[in-house]
Amino acid sequence: MSYLRPSFRHPLLPKNELGFTRADYEGAISTLCAGCGHDSISGAIVQACFEMALEPHRVAKLSGIGCSSKTPTYYLSHSHGFNTVHGRMPSVATGAYLANRELIYLGVSGDGDTASIGMGQFVHAIRRNLNIVYIVMNNGCYGLTKGQHSATADAGSKTKDGGLNPFEAIDLVGLALELGATFVGRSFSGDKTQLVPLIQAAMTHPGFAFIDVLSPCVTFNNKPDSTKSYDYVRAHIEATATIDFVPEKKEILVDYAEGDAREVKLHDGSMIHLRKLAPNWDPRSRTSAMNRLHDAKSRGEILTGLLYIDQDSQDLHELEQTVARPLNSLQEADLCPGSGVLAGINAKFR
Amino acid sequence: MKPTNIQDPEYFHKVVDCQLACPAHTPVPEYIRLIAAERYTEAYMVNWESNVFPGILGRTCDRPCEPACRRGRLEGEEEPVAICRLKRVAADNKGAVKHLMPQGPFAANGKKIALIGGGPASLTVARDLAPLGYELHLYDEWNKGGGMMRTQIPAFRLPETVLDEEVNYILDLGIHTHFNTYVSSMRDMLAKDYDAIFVGTGAPKGRDLQLPGREAADANIHIGIEWLAGVAFEHITAVGKKVIVLGGGNTAMDCCRTSRRLGGTSVQVVVRSPFEDMKASPWEIQDAKREDIPILNNMPPKEFVVENGRLKGVVFGKVRAEYDENGKRSLLPTGEPDVFIEADDVIIAIGQDNSFPWIERDLGLALGKWDLPVVDKKTFQSTLPQVFFGGDAAFGPENVITAVAHGHQAAISIDLFCQGDDILNDRPGPTTNLISQKMGIHEWIYDSGVTNDDRYAVPHEGKEKALSNRKVEVELGFDTQLGFKEAQRCLNCDVQTVFNTSRCIECDACVDICPTSCITFTTNGEEEDLRQRLNAPATNLSQDLYVSDVLPTMRVMIKDEDVCLHCGLCAERCPTAAWDMQKFLYQVTKAGHTCSNLVE
Ligand SMILES: Cc1cc2nc3c(=O)[nH]c(=O)nc-3n(C[C@H](O)[C@H](O)[C@H](O)COP(=O)(O)OP(=O)(O)OC[C@H]3O[C@@H](n4cnc5c(N)ncnc54)[C@H](O)[C@@H]3O)c2cc1C
Ligand SMILES: Cc1ncc(C[n+]2csc(CCOP(=O)(O)OP(=O)(O)O)c2C)c(N)n1
Ligand code: SF4
Ligand code: SF4
Ligand code: SF4
Ligand SMILES: [Mg+2]
Repeated sequence: MSYLRPSFRHPLLPKNELGFTRADYEGAISTLCAGCGHDSISGAIVQACFEMALEPHRVAKLSGIGCSSKTPTYYLSHSHGFNTVHGRMPSVATGAYLANRELIYLGVSGDGDTASIGMGQFVHAIRRNLNIVYIVMNNGCYGLTKGQHSATADAGSKTKDGGLNPFEAIDLVGLALELGATFVGRSFSGDKTQLVPLIQAAMTHPGFAFIDVLSPCVTFNNKPDSTKSYDYVRAHIEATATIDFVPEKKEILVDYAEGDAREVKLHDGSMIHLRKLAPNWDPRSRTSAMNRLHDAKSRGEILTGLLYIDQDSQDLHELEQTVARPLNSLQEADLCPGSGVLAGINAKFR
Repeated sequence: MKPTNIQDPEYFHKVVDCQLACPAHTPVPEYIRLIAAERYTEAYMVNWESNVFPGILGRTCDRPCEPACRRGRLEGEEEPVAICRLKRVAADNKGAVKHLMPQGPFAANGKKIALIGGGPASLTVARDLAPLGYELHLYDEWNKGGGMMRTQIPAFRLPETVLDEEVNYILDLGIHTHFNTYVSSMRDMLAKDYDAIFVGTGAPKGRDLQLPGREAADANIHIGIEWLAGVAFEHITAVGKKVIVLGGGNTAMDCCRTSRRLGGTSVQVVVRSPFEDMKASPWEIQDAKREDIPILNNMPPKEFVVENGRLKGVVFGKVRAEYDENGKRSLLPTGEPDVFIEADDVIIAIGQDNSFPWIERDLGLALGKWDLPVVDKKTFQSTLPQVFFGGDAAFGPENVITAVAHGHQAAISIDLFCQGDDILNDRPGPTTNLISQKMGIHEWIYDSGVTNDDRYAVPHEGKEKALSNRKVEVELGFDTQLGFKEAQRCLNCDVQTVFNTSRCIECDACVDICPTSCITFTTNGEEEDLRQRLNAPATNLSQDLYVSDVLPTMRVMIKDEDVCLHCGLCAERCPTAAWDMQKFLYQVTKAGHTCSNLVE
């Protein structure tokens, strides 16, 4: 087993606007099982950040516990990081975001970390519209603790040692839509062409951007009867649309056929271009997203792509009208503005 | 693109850049790994099989393998592996080897072959044919075998003991030597009862320079290769204090460095063209400079100045080079005044030519352009079916390893010819072997780690001692520790990444882990288009793309071989073993292992 990745990179690796190559967004060599879907998601994160020319020091990566939550070690080694206790990533992220809104918050979690122990935290983070990209690496099991069923495992699925799951699955995407999440998407670890632009759009969205990524656990849940296996997902995938992310100021090079395409403007001026739209679906309508989702499910299909986006999203800081500057930059004069200001406040209550 | 046919032995052979570039196709990474494992004797024998003179070549080879080495293509200032000097580590540290070589006496097959010239080409033919029972007669005008390796390569680069040892391994196979015998007539040779004749007489004629004063100063003007031979045989033991060497090739470097050891205190090399056009290997130039030998460029000689019947010096013009749109060079006078440089002796080292005054022109043996024989590039057969050529004699001056490669091929032809087989169509293909290196789930038989070490320099003898005696070897060679470290720099390019399409589940693990972004899964297309849209552009057209069959998602796997580190991580991260690391051993088949022989 290799514990080191050779440090040589391709001499002609493309550079982004900052002069960085993909290698500048990498992390340590993965210790996950060979072929784990989570590693591909890490790869997609690296690719997304590289293409967007993010300054690594402006990203904070957060996670809980699980194989999925180990992944922040494997990307963005020059970014901030916080590995919380099991299921508690949202509260640490909330604190961090309140303290400094200038960073880009990237949370990764597992289906166990989110849909079981962390469920309470998850739903409140959505409710508060915390400005974070929240990726669930969804493999339908607790990979790290040897493959027990998770709450997203479909009823009737079996563990590797034969245990039957009698309970219905929680669909995190449906839940997020129901709870009012302002950005909801689903993807597959084995489809970077879809996942990378989705992550980029999510990073640009001001508010809770949720992406449920099906990510096969090769060791415990890649069996022929699993609905979270490479073969099953590939056979049942159905996309809402083909997605391209066009950053602000970039020229639009693709020609779209009339009627077949839609542009969604993101808050900073970037664009999402959608092609081959599913019928009866409008990414800006929560109801149409929910209907599409139910429809696909009843046909046994897994609906992926961007499902819903609220272009008027107001995030936690806006809702709370909190200070714009990071707390650590506030000086004594900001925090104690003097007796004059205090007198003014008091006067309001007279 | 079509799926790559990895059954074609040449596909993986191309991936082993060094081995492909070696004229004799020495399995380089194989012997480098043996050196790292301190198995010097085996490393030596791997070399001996392919290139016949590991100790000699480990000091003197022109090393075409090194510019080809993949390591030199890695990012940064990465330099190739010191392949050549590692060969010497094997030779210096080996144990007994003679018992590992073919053991005579060999049962005679009744065929008799003459080998004219005792250089590396003829010696290789002798080595390959002796064990097959041929009676071999080797003729050379000098008193010992080795050809130019003895007469030209100076002892400070190649000690006589090393040369004798490796020449004798061959002569001891029962070769009949006819030393001190100049062959003066091909007609006479053909009249003898030889079944075939091999001509390995080299390119023995040094070029002269006819300028004013040449005749008058003849006593102090020498032709480089004649002068070096004179030194080697100790007919020449001294040179004047001030020496000018004319020419920019390796012979010039050997002449100037030899002069420094025979009494030359002010030795200069003067080249008529720019430094960049010098033919000498960069390391030879460096060694000359290290011995305080200035090299002056852009100065064509105009006249040998003679005073009182004795050489006084040389007058040089001054030029600059201009290149037309076809890259053709012309040297134009700069208009600066001529330069006079004083000299006691001048050595002319401006090239060698072939010359066959001893081959009668009415034998049916055609000689073509520049007096070079008409020889088939593959079979080395001349227009007289029983006469074969090889080494410098065949296509003009090259180097030892090329002579060896020719020797192997000529031996195959001679064997086929004497057995009545077709020398073109019955030639044997290479033997290849592809073996998985898997030892455990994530473990390989080979050392897959990639070190970041820079190329190690070979230690040299102190300058004063080196210059005091022409027989003191300058390079000391790597010791075993340095040898180990340098060996570790090798990327094991023969351990191939072999892809099995039917096993791949397209999880992307290999794409994500590959340090040098070699692997891409994408829709198929034309090569030109594909090269642009891989994860990293594949601009090195000399390196192949490895293309899989169509995968379930209708994509193909494409691997650009260019800067693959052979680190095995793709295979380690693959959950289904669709990738495997397999050692590919490619060996050029030698005489005697042809199909018709195997059938018997
Ligand atoms: C100064 C110098 C330095 C060199 N240094 C290197 C080096 O460092 N590395 C390298 O790889 N190569 C080097 N070379 C080139 C290398 O020596 C030759 O390419 C190589 O030796 C050619 O081998 P060969 O078998 O074709 O013939 P040669 O080695 O030339 O041997 C031919 C032999 O045949 C003899 N002969 C010729 N005609 C007759 C005849 N009619 N009858 C009998 N005998 C005859 C010659 O005297 C000679 O001994 C150097 C060459 C020179 C001139
Ligand atoms: C408080 C607490 N309870 C239980 C555990 C044990 N535990 C570790 S990881 C894990 C489940 C992880 O599942 P998931 O989030 O789906 O991650 P995966 O490994 O599948 O990627 C559990 C239950 C723990 N570490 N901490
Ligand atoms: S146990 Fe499953 S989830 Fe965990 S690393 Fe292995 S394959 Fe991935
Ligand atoms: S790295 Fe090793 S195997 Fe590869 S070309 Fe260089 S010497 Fe040969
Ligand atoms: S061996 Fe595999 S992982 Fe390593 S450089 Fe080559 S293709 Fe990439
Ligand atoms: Mg899980």
